[in-house]
This record gives sequence, C-alpha cells and structure tokens, in this order.
Amino acid sequence: MTELNAMETIVQDIIAALKDKPGALLPILHAVQDKLGYVPSESVPAIAKALNLSRAEVHGVISFYHYFRDTAPGKQTIHLCRAESCQAMGGKKLEVHVKSTLGIDYHETTADGKFSLEPVYCLGNCACSPAMQIGHEIYGRVSADNFESIITQAEDIA
Amino acid sequence: MSITIYVPCDSTAVSIGADRVAKAIYQEAQKRNITIQLIRNGSRGLYWLEPMVEVLTAEGRKAYGPVQVSDVTSLFDANFVNGGEHPLYLGLTEEIEYLKKQQRLTFARIGITDPISLEDYISHEGYQGLSNALKLSQADIVKAVTDSGLRGRGGAAFPTGIKWNTVLNTPSEQKYIICNADEGDSGTFSDRMVMESDPFVLIEGMTIAGIAVGATQGYIYLRVEYPHAHKALNAAIEKAYASGYLGDNIQGSGKTFNLEVRLGAGAYVCGEETSLMESLEGKRGLVRFKPPLPAISGLFGKPTVVNNVISLASVPIILDKGGDYYRDFGMGRSRGTLPLQLAGNLKHTGLVEVAFGMTLRELLYDFGGGSATGRPIKAVQVGGPLGSYLPESQFDTPLDYEAFAANWTVLGHGGVVAFDDTANMAELARYNMEFCAAESCGKCTPCRIGSTRGYEVMDEIIAGHALDKNIPLLRDLCNTLLNGSLCALGGMTPYPVLSALNHFPKDFGVDDQANTAV
Ligand SMILES: Cc1cc2nc3c(=O)[nH]c(=O)nc-3n(C[C@H](O)[C@H](O)[C@H](O)COP(=O)(O)O)c2cc1C
Ligand code: SF4
Ligand code: FES
Repeated sequence: MTELNAMETIVQDIIAALKDKPGALLPILHAVQDKLGYVPSESVPAIAKALNLSRAEVHGVISFYHYFRDTAPGKQTIHLCRAESCQAMGGKKLEVHVKSTLGIDYHETTADGKFSLEPVYCLGNCACSPAMQIGHEIYGRVSADNFESIITQAEDIA
Repeated sequence: MSITIYVPCDSTAVSIGADRVAKAIYQEAQKRNITIQLIRNGSRGLYWLEPMVEVLTAEGRKAYGPVQVSDVTSLFDANFVNGGEHPLYLGLTEEIEYLKKQQRLTFARIGITDPISLEDYISHEGYQGLSNALKLSQADIVKAVTDSGLRGRGGAAFPTGIKWNTVLNTPSEQKYIICNADEGDSGTFSDRMVMESDPFVLIEGMTIAGIAVGATQGYIYLRVEYPHAHKALNAAIEKAYASGYLGDNIQGSGKTFNLEVRLGAGAYVCGEETSLMESLEGKRGLVRFKPPLPAISGLFGKPTVVNNVISLASVPIILDKGGDYYRDFGMGRSRGTLPLQLAGNLKHTGLVEVAFGMTLRELLYDFGGGSATGRPIKAVQVGGPLGSYLPESQFDTPLDYEAFAANWTVLGHGGVVAFDDTANMAELARYNMEFCAAESCGKCTPCRIGSTRGYEVMDEIIAGHALDKNIPLLRDLCNTLLNGSLCALGGMTPYPVLSALNHFPKDFGVDDQANTAV
C-alpha cells in the first residue's frame, strides 16, 4: 500500500467511527492528528464530504484552532508555556535558551526532525512554573540548567 | 498492620518527579522485603512540598516532602513506613498549617482518596448529594442551589441557581449540561485538580444538574492541554456507567443522564460559553451575540446550562449538607468558599480553598509565604489574563466579588499570580495585548485590529518613542476595546494593560501621575 493509501484508510476508518456524533468535526480532527501527528490537507476532502461541509469550512476550522496543524511535526513536539505565571518565574529567559539550544523559533522543526517547538498559554502547572509539555508528559520548574537533560530523556522515550 | 503509602498522581506532582518517586519507593520496598500498598492519591495542593509522600499510621496520615528519588533510601532507613523521624518529615498531614487553616468544601476529598476509585469516593461521602437530589422535585433541587448563594466560578460570578431555573422553565425535548473545563487562565489549576484528583465529584454535580433541569446529555469541554485530566475523567465516567451512576436508569430512579468528554484545541476564546458551544458543534469558535441566552437557546439551539468545573463540583456538597450550610461561609454577596490558586513568584504555591472575605495580603503572605525569590512582591495579577494587576497599595482588598469590582479588579476564577520587583509592567502590558491579538476570535474590529495596534504601540512605548503621543494613543485603544467588544477577551484586556500603566507609570517611562490618570 502506498503512504497516501495508508493515510486514506486511516482517515476513512476514523470518519466511519465518529461521523455520527453530534458536532463530529473536532473529534475527527483530533483522532486524525492523534494518529498521524497532523491533519494532512489530503484528508480534508473526505472529512468535508462525510460531514456535508465545504472544504473551505473544514480548512477554516483547522486554521482557527492553534492545536491543529497541517504539516508533519518533528518526532516530538515541545509545548513551551509563555503565560504570566511562567513569565513570573523566568519563563522569558528560558524561552531564549530553548530557542537557541534547538536552533529554531516557534512553529518550526529542528533540521534533524527530532523536535518541533510550539508556544502554549498555560498548562495548569503554574504552581511549578516555568512549565512545558512534551507529548503527554508535563515538566515543571524547567530551567536553562535542566532543559537539555529533559529533552535527552524525552528522546529516549520516543 | 499492613503498610499504606500515598504518592500523588496529580500532573503537577508528576511534573516534578512523583512517578519516579513512586517507582523508587516500590522498588526499595521490594528490595527490603517490606510489603506495601502504594496508592496514587490526588494532590493536597501543597505544591511546594510535592512530591509529598504520605504514610498511614495509627495516629493518621503522616507526610514527608518534598521527596526526591535520592531521598528514598534514607526514608526507608528512617523507618518512614511507620512514621519515623526524617529531615523531610512534615508531621500529620491534617495538621500542616497551610491545610489546617483552609475551609475545604469543594476540595473536601482532594488528595485524600484514590481519584478513580468509586469505592473510595462513596466511602468519603460521595454520591450523598445525588441521593438527596433523587428524593427532591426538580424545582427543589434548583432552590437548594439558589439558596446556597453559589455564583459561577468561571469568572462572571452569575448566580448558578438563576441560570438553572431558566433552563428548567424553558420547555424542550432536549436540553444539555455543559461543563466548561477550558480553564485557560494563566495561574489557574483548580479545575484541573478537581478533574484529576476527584473526577467523580464533577460527574455527580453534572448528574444533579441534569436531573434538576431535565437534561439527559452532558458534555465536558476539556482543554487539550490537560491529558491527565482527560484520562482520569474517562476512567471515572466508565466506572460511573458500570455502577449505574450514569446512563439510563440512574440508581433505579428512572432518570437518564449521559456524559461525554470533548476536547478543545488550544483556543483561549473557546472558554467563552458561546464560543465553546460553536466549538462543540464542530465549528470555528466565533463568539455568538446574546441574546438569545444559552439557557434558552444554547447548544444545537437547545436550552443549555453552561457551568464551570468548580461551580458544578460544588453542587454535591450543597445537596448533601444543604444550601444554608454552604451559604453560611463567605461575606456580602459572595457566599461559600473560593478555591484560590497561588502561582507565579510565591514561596508556597498551591491550592487554598477558603471562605470569601480574607484579604489578598493574608493570602500572599500567610499562605503564600511571600515571593519565591525573596524579593519584594511588586504586583499581583488576579483573575487570569483579563484581570488587573494589583499593586501593594491594594493588597488589603478582601477576596469578595464586589470589593474587587470596586477597585476595577476581578477575582475571576481565583488565579493569583505574583511578580517580584524584577518584573517590567510595560513588558507585561505588551504581552497582554499580544495575547489578545493571538486569541481574538476575529468577530469585532476593535479586538482584532486594536489589540495588534496595541502591542505595536507598546513596542513604541517600551522603546521610549514619542511617549506624549503614544501613551494617550494606548488609552484610546483601551477605551475602544472596553466599549466596542462583544466579549470579555477584547472588553477586558484593558484591565491588565491600564492597571499596569496607572499603577506603574515609571515602567512606561512616565513619572507624572497626573498625566497618566484615567
Ligand atoms: C475569553 C473568555 C474566556 C473564558 N474562559 C473560561 C474558562 O476557561 N472556563 C470557564 O469556566 N469560564 C470561562 N469563561 C466564562 C464563560 O463564558 C462562562 O461565563 C462560564 O463558563 C459560566 O459558568 P459559571 O457560571 O459556572 O462560571 C470565559 C469567558 C471569556 C469571555
Ligand atoms: S471581543 Fe474579541 S474575542 Fe470577543 S467576540 Fe469580539 S473579536 Fe471575538
Ligand atoms: S502559566 Fe505556565 S503553566 Fe500556567
């Protein structure tokens, strides 16, 4: 099976399982992104058709929500918190460090494809700011000192 | 006696090593041939002491913290499994001042029980509220909530009973209960704690709401940033179905209530209730015009209760102990308790549930212990990214909706973020404008365009350019936002921005108070 075919099968299975839910579009987009890491633009026509929407409407929804992405992410996505509580605990300095360590800005992926970097506005981890999330793991009291060791461990988990 | 040890599974505790500590304790016990029962409880919310390990002793639960993996051997050497002395020993958990001084009503079980054990929930007074509600008429359930004086904890502080009454009295084949679990405000985590540490209390609250207003379907709209809460909620919902606490014939009453978790996708504005409903319907989260009120025409055009997690999680104790019991806490028109969240630059960050009425200063110093860095606290943002910054001169404001409103400040969802004197308030004001621009749903021009103009002007101000023109321009923009926005994202971004300017003009390069006053 070609990659495109495999993708289409995955998307069709997800659509079949979820399309009858009221307000099915977000659950479908989540399921696609969970499985594929992003919502490929090639999947939009099938989703639109199943839900009786125009492609533009589906694209509009994908682009409205920060979480959905239409390009493949790196192997791991680092969500770094930019919000106030983390700022109060040195978040801005950490942000500079993270960007220079990875050599990328927000919404970019490292050249080796290992990490993507995304901003996030609060992880509810404000009692141990600054915070970040990699995959489903949340890290508190992140600093320029421990950032490298955290991402090295995260690489091992992946 | 068998040995019971508790290590929290709360995501903040885990973010600083609780899983590793749990594993180390388990392995060390095996190595020493000590049989232990390891329970992953929720967090008590004393986060500066996390990972906080507890052991059950004849006198009660004893606490040790903050525990790192490297402490585990010495804890065993000190016989901590039987409550032995150790440098990390904190005494009986319930006697820790921070906890002892609180009035935990909504958080009564949190940190005590195993979050997804229904047996634990029931043996700690769980489902007594529902049991009472099933004996009452719908109107009497609503009356109990009205009598309690409970006001929405999501931010707007609208009386919950009045909202429920509208939905009850709007006839419809189908009605909905929505739990707003979008918790987007920086500095807040009380919703997260409830969902991770006591998910059944939210399920019970929503079930009571459904029965009260005649809604058979509930949705929890959960932010995608909370994967741990997602897992806990789904596990608890599954157990509630299996034991007849959700589904078609709840505890043999003939009443139906179904519940499903839906994930958001990283849009702050989707915490606004009408944007949330658009999102649940599968659309972009554009804010709707009101009227119609969601209580009359909400999700899919049907009468809908939208309540915050804490509002709904406070319902079981109200139905259990009575509206009067809850109302007897608090001051003025702020009744009951508020779970405050101490965050940012504070020594003792954590969850503090107290009756309304304590001053912000008491909260910051008696509970918070002052700044984490040891420097003076310069400003405190209360109520999330749309809340004002309070300078030291306002620290004596009592925690009460009306007292805060009188200062042009808001209590909101109870988030408290402290900044020390290294914070630059102009930089923060710029951030607030940038946040508004990034999160605007785009429906109104002042919010969409004005916020972008706002941070451009802030860049000019920070660079010290033409302050005599740019400061009035910033004020103009704020006035436009205040008056021309459909929802509070645009409408309240001026709160942090103008409070920063008015209280900390020096950070904006202006000295003269007279020039900056509103
Ligand atoms: C921009 C914006 C974001 C909001 N975010 C939340 C939120 O994350 N959680 C919440 O409960 N309420 C939030 N609200 C308030 C809701 O619109 C609504 O008032 C609330 O969910 C009602 O529940 P309550 O009465 O129990 O507070 C937000 C409002 C605005 C304008
Ligand atoms: S104020 Fe902003 S977020 Fe609110 S409705 Fe208008 S454009 Fe949307
Ligand atoms: S502000 Fe960063 S986790 Fe809340």
